[in-house]
Amino acid sequence: MRPMNDVLIVLALALVAAAATAAVLARDPVRQSTVLALLGLALALLFAILQAPDVALSQLAVGSVLTPLMLLLSVRKVRRKGRADGRADDREQETGSAGEGERR
Amino acid sequence: MSRRIRTWVLLLGGLGVAVLLFAASLDLPEFGGDRHPYGARAVEAALARHTANVVAAVNFDQRAFDTLGEESILFCAALGTVVLLRQTRDEHRVRPEPARVDPPVRRYALVALPVTLLIGLYVVAHGQLSPGGGFQGGVVVATALHLLYIAVDYRALERIRPVGLYATADAAGEAAYLLLGAAGLVAGTAYLANFLPYGTFGTLASGGVVPLLNASVGVEVASGVVVLLASFLDQAVEIEDATEHTASGPARHPTLPPPSEEKPT
Repeated sequence: MRPMNDVLIVLALALVAAAATAAVLARDPVRQSTVLALLGLALALLFAILQAPDVALSQLAVGSVLTPLMLLLSVRKVRRKGRADGRADDREQETGSAGEGERR
Repeated sequence: MSRRIRTWVLLLGGLGVAVLLFAASLDLPEFGGDRHPYGARAVEAALARHTANVVAAVNFDQRAFDTLGEESILFCAALGTVVLLRQTRDEHRVRPEPARVDPPVRRYALVALPVTLLIGLYVVAHGQLSPGGGFQGGVVVATALHLLYIAVDYRALERIRPVGLYATADAAGEAAYLLLGAAGLVAGTAYLANFLPYGTFGTLASGGVVPLLNASVGVEVASGVVVLLASFLDQAVEIEDATEHTASGPARHPTLPPPSEEKPT
């Protein structure tokens, strides 16, 4: 039973490390919020395996739902602002990722 | 301080923290053991107070004062968000257009909404018995309401979400926790100490003051998250800042076309 448990813990830890690295490496905020949601899911799995269901539940609700949602909403607000500005004459100030947002 | 010295100071500090953390980890109890000195005491105290969920006993009984701090953090965060993201004088609201939703998405969200809401309320109500509690259930309840935005549109969400009411409930939940703590003083024990009968182990009313504190946190968190998301959603969907461009650079945008309205994905 113990080795089985250890394997599960190591797997979950590796999943968390992979998701966290991906979240850091993702440059587009929209994609990043999706990866953050996955990271939240991986962390919830880790906490569940470590027999901490209370923490896993919080992590699931906050880490994989609330945080990405607030991030997405902020990105939308910022891009809308940028689009209203960029429409007139300062298009050169728009970065690549903001340009992607216009097509969303 | 030059850049080079700063880097060295940072490295030195980082190294010091690493050494201290490693030294501390040598004294930790073994990973994943069956017995844990703190865990055993917490379980004993929880069982003595008829609280089946030991985590709830720690949160709302043995460490109730810590939870007061955590609850207040969320309260202050919601308050700060409401102040920062309020509609300022140079901004105006644009009524969002009704949006077309794909029937499968609408069906799924409309089925998921009541189920999620029920699960959230269940998690809040059974905080003293099973994993979860006011915080976890509160977030689930708050996010469940927002499935209506996915299923229908923003106007429908606004109809079931009068922000003033939820802001009041947020404050009421926070106040209830403080007053329940003070009730301990009135009853002759101590602040946030239990003053109610413990009840039968494993029933909804067991644990003395734990279910009440748990419920007040549930109300506070659910309403706080709704208010928090409402501020963000209002900014993202409704509030337009018409004169924002004049602040960034005068006379750069003589004619600004009205920004188009669309539903965020």
